[in-house]
Amino acid sequence: MKIAATSISLGFGLACLLGLAAESAAADTSFARIERGRHLVTAGDCIACHTAQGGKPFAGGRPIETPFGTIYSANITPDRKTGIGAWSDDDFYKALHRGIAPSGAHLYPAFPYPYFTRLRRDDVLAMRAYLNTIDPVKSQPRPPDLAWPLGYRFLMSGWNQLYFDEGDFHRAPDKSDEWNRGAYLVQGPAHCGACHTPKNFAGGDKTGHALQGGVIQGWFAPDITNDRRTGIGSWSGDEIVEYLKTGRNDRSGATGMMAEVVADSTSKLPDQDLRAIAAYLKDQKGEEPAQPESPSQVAMKAGAAVYSDSCSACHQMNGKGVPGMFSPLAGSASAQSTDPTTLIRLVLEGGRTVSTDARPTPSSMPAYGWKLTDEEIANVLTFVRNHWGNVAAPVEASKVGAIREKLQETSHASR
Amino acid sequence: MVKKLPSVDVVLVGFGWTAAMVAEELTAEGLNVVALERGAWRDTPTDFAVTFAQDELRYMWRRSLFQEPARQTLTFRNSMDQTALPMRHLGSFLPATGVGGAGIHWNGQTWRFLPTDFVARSHNEARYGTLPEHMTIQDWGVTYDELEPFYDKFEYLCGISGRAGNIKGTIQDGGNPFEGARARDYPNPPLRMVYGPTLFAAAARETGHKPFPCPAANMSRTYTNPLGVTLAPCTYCGFCEKFGCGNYSKSSPQTTILPVLMRRDNFELRTQCEVLRVNRDSSGKRATSVTYIDTEGREFEQPAEMIFLCAFAQHNVHLLLLSGIGKPYDPKSGEGVIGRNYAYQVVSSVDVFFDDKIINPFVGAGALGVGIDEYNGDNFDHGGLGFIGGGYLACWNTHGRPIELHPVPKGTPKWGGKWKEAVAKSYLRTATISTHGAVMSYRTNYLDLDPTYRDVHGRPLLRLTFDFGENEHRLSDYLTDRAAEIAKAMKPREIHAKKREGHYSVVPYQTTHNTGGAAMGSDPRTSFVNRYLQSWDVSNLFVMGSTVFPQNAGYNPTGTIGALTYAATDAIKSKYLKNPGPMVQA
Repeated sequence: MKIAATSISLGFGLACLLGLAAESAAADTSFARIERGRHLVTAGDCIACHTAQGGKPFAGGRPIETPFGTIYSANITPDRKTGIGAWSDDDFYKALHRGIAPSGAHLYPAFPYPYFTRLRRDDVLAMRAYLNTIDPVKSQPRPPDLAWPLGYRFLMSGWNQLYFDEGDFHRAPDKSDEWNRGAYLVQGPAHCGACHTPKNFAGGDKTGHALQGGVIQGWFAPDITNDRRTGIGSWSGDEIVEYLKTGRNDRSGATGMMAEVVADSTSKLPDQDLRAIAAYLKDQKGEEPAQPESPSQVAMKAGAAVYSDSCSACHQMNGKGVPGMFSPLAGSASAQSTDPTTLIRLVLEGGRTVSTDARPTPSSMPAYGWKLTDEEIANVLTFVRNHWGNVAAPVEASKVGAIREKLQETSHASR
Repeated sequence: MVKKLPSVDVVLVGFGWTAAMVAEELTAEGLNVVALERGAWRDTPTDFAVTFAQDELRYMWRRSLFQEPARQTLTFRNSMDQTALPMRHLGSFLPATGVGGAGIHWNGQTWRFLPTDFVARSHNEARYGTLPEHMTIQDWGVTYDELEPFYDKFEYLCGISGRAGNIKGTIQDGGNPFEGARARDYPNPPLRMVYGPTLFAAAARETGHKPFPCPAANMSRTYTNPLGVTLAPCTYCGFCEKFGCGNYSKSSPQTTILPVLMRRDNFELRTQCEVLRVNRDSSGKRATSVTYIDTEGREFEQPAEMIFLCAFAQHNVHLLLLSGIGKPYDPKSGEGVIGRNYAYQVVSSVDVFFDDKIINPFVGAGALGVGIDEYNGDNFDHGGLGFIGGGYLACWNTHGRPIELHPVPKGTPKWGGKWKEAVAKSYLRTATISTHGAVMSYRTNYLDLDPTYRDVHGRPLLRLTFDFGENEHRLSDYLTDRAAEIAKAMKPREIHAKKREGHYSVVPYQTTHNTGGAAMGSDPRTSFVNRYLQSWDVSNLFVMGSTVFPQNAGYNPTGTIGALTYAATDAIKSKYLKNPGPMVQA
């Protein structure tokens, strides 16, 4: 299978690399090459951002919220006027590798070129070959709504100087092929860190804290390092594969933005790539979080009462949940995450796990925002984060209130 | 102006249990299937979330999940010499509106009928001689053994909790020894039994019966069905019937089929689309399309190769009458099939009051209980009893809902301080034994179009003419007496036997088991559909649900509805699709 061939890393030497390049150049539109491109486009979950709700696939126009304003994704169908049909291969490579459009304008890093820069040129051109096979759609996405002066794209060159580390993926010679394949996928096409790595004030990655969890579009993308408490250190490699493949394992279910990632991307990847991702993630050391402050006994007692009334039917009094249906909270990394944003959001507006071929049941958590006060939600989360051996910082009612307000603004705006 | 839509392979009228099953089976075959549901989309987290599902006032008393009589109702009378009047409040039965149908608000009591139930006429005549002239019961045209694989398939779809009583002819301890032979045990073990039914079981054993845990579509554990859909363990919250389950613990189309079906590209569900009629070609032998209306009053014609009526039992009959398909039944001549052999269920109960035993009725599930089957069907000798058929007795712990449940001893005032005192004393200390009796079909019990009253679309309402016969009263009294004997053996302070007396009343809730009106059988003169639920007259028209029961047995109907549906789709896949046309020659 061709995918296996591409996973042979650069470290195998120049001859091998040249061999691959020569082969792909000779078979420019070969089925295998397009198929490899499709596979990489899937790994990159390009469809998620580049498809508007109810819109044609890859025709763009989906609003991407950033802390600096809203950006509308590009049309990447081969339409020559509004899409990328008129782009040369070099244009396409420059966009992915350097974040620069054919016009010379800088792209905003909501388009994850800081990750795609790690993609091999040959892989980039395979993606291009696949995108060329899609039906062209005439559709001009809206220009971005950004706060002044960010509308001036040239400012991005300064950002790039500070935060963009252009360059190819470098193989770690002391690690296995599987590990290196995982590293390539995570750091490159799958751009996991775009959500899971915390960001600085300018939206650049805090590279010293890679994959330790970050806030994005009102969610906290959790720590996916091997930390045993806040990360996925207690998950086996098989459990990671199961989660990415089916959207579910006995510990957790994919909701929110990760539900999309599973539906459109990881559930469609071959198991060997998922195993490679798991092998790489299991080798990412977390950073021992500071010992959080202890919760007040008043909050714990009030939270226990709310838990008993509102949560225990599904998550059970012992916090063990119903494996595969209702996530356990005892020992849960999400429950103990350093930032409770996702937990608060799930309680306020509920959540729905992704439906996949393997696990079609979209088990759901109902919304409690209409039923529980900010203080009750803070208390029950403080309880969940500090009971059954869990340890995490208490949740403040003011934080719940702020997220509640933000969600209300968003829902009004979308009407 | 009716807008004609592009043709599809299959159109389904209504979208409850049977439609979801047919849609899943036929989309898997690659057919394009469109379902038309008059109500709205409903799903667990949005419509029955645990944050509000257990609202007795909203769902039980304000009937939030049911058909609104202001939009659609029927007229009722006990006998042909009366004038039927429209029901302005639903009581005796509770049809649903919305995706999932009554499969959302049922209790989950999922039985198989007895082998003799399917040959009710020939078996009873052979054993007891000629039946009364006005009793129009008939054989089903299909046998229990033929349906067994499809009962099995439905039980495994639902994840029924129970204990087998007869596996391949070998009687199993602790199960129902009277049941027909089954190929294998239930997919899940019985629910955890609570105190009231446990006391009943002991008393039943003491009096020589063989009690067993009743089969339940409430999950005793996490279950993933053959379609890959997962249900969660029941929490025994006691809000099943008349409620949706917020915990994914009660089998419904939503919890067993829709997660898979809704992902299929060849399936389309159109909600808030009410079918007005089924259209045929000029020969009258082929159904060509259905006409439906949306909530904005726009009419559409949806052509299809196959049409399935999957609405509530009475609604299928109504639609056939309004479409002029099949010969309407005439009670005077006894001829015609549409509306013929309507039947119901005859139920009674015995309240058992204790001083010293705390029953905790609120620890409930819709089908949590212990039953006995000694007095069902022809499991006992009816010689000298003056009736045929029977029913099960069961002590259920379905709920302790405070507005609905306040058992009080006989002679208690209906209100005031004494009533409150009795309720306070009895609420935790009362068990109830229910009887669930069969209803035979009769010449004068039937459905037709009302001559006076019309619905919102100007169409005649359906008219129900029904009363219990002598057979039902004798049967029900016999069952009530047996229940009272076991009740006494439970050593209570007192019992209160509530027999079913007088005429049938459409007002109080009893069961929601309407049957018949387009019966199945092997003779086109007395049945509208053949054993595969295919119309004799219009071979691309199929009728699902209890509409096809020729009479009702002493069990809840859903298990048999499921088995008949899967038997029909199996025949359609193996026979009809290869060679469309009548699958049985009349």
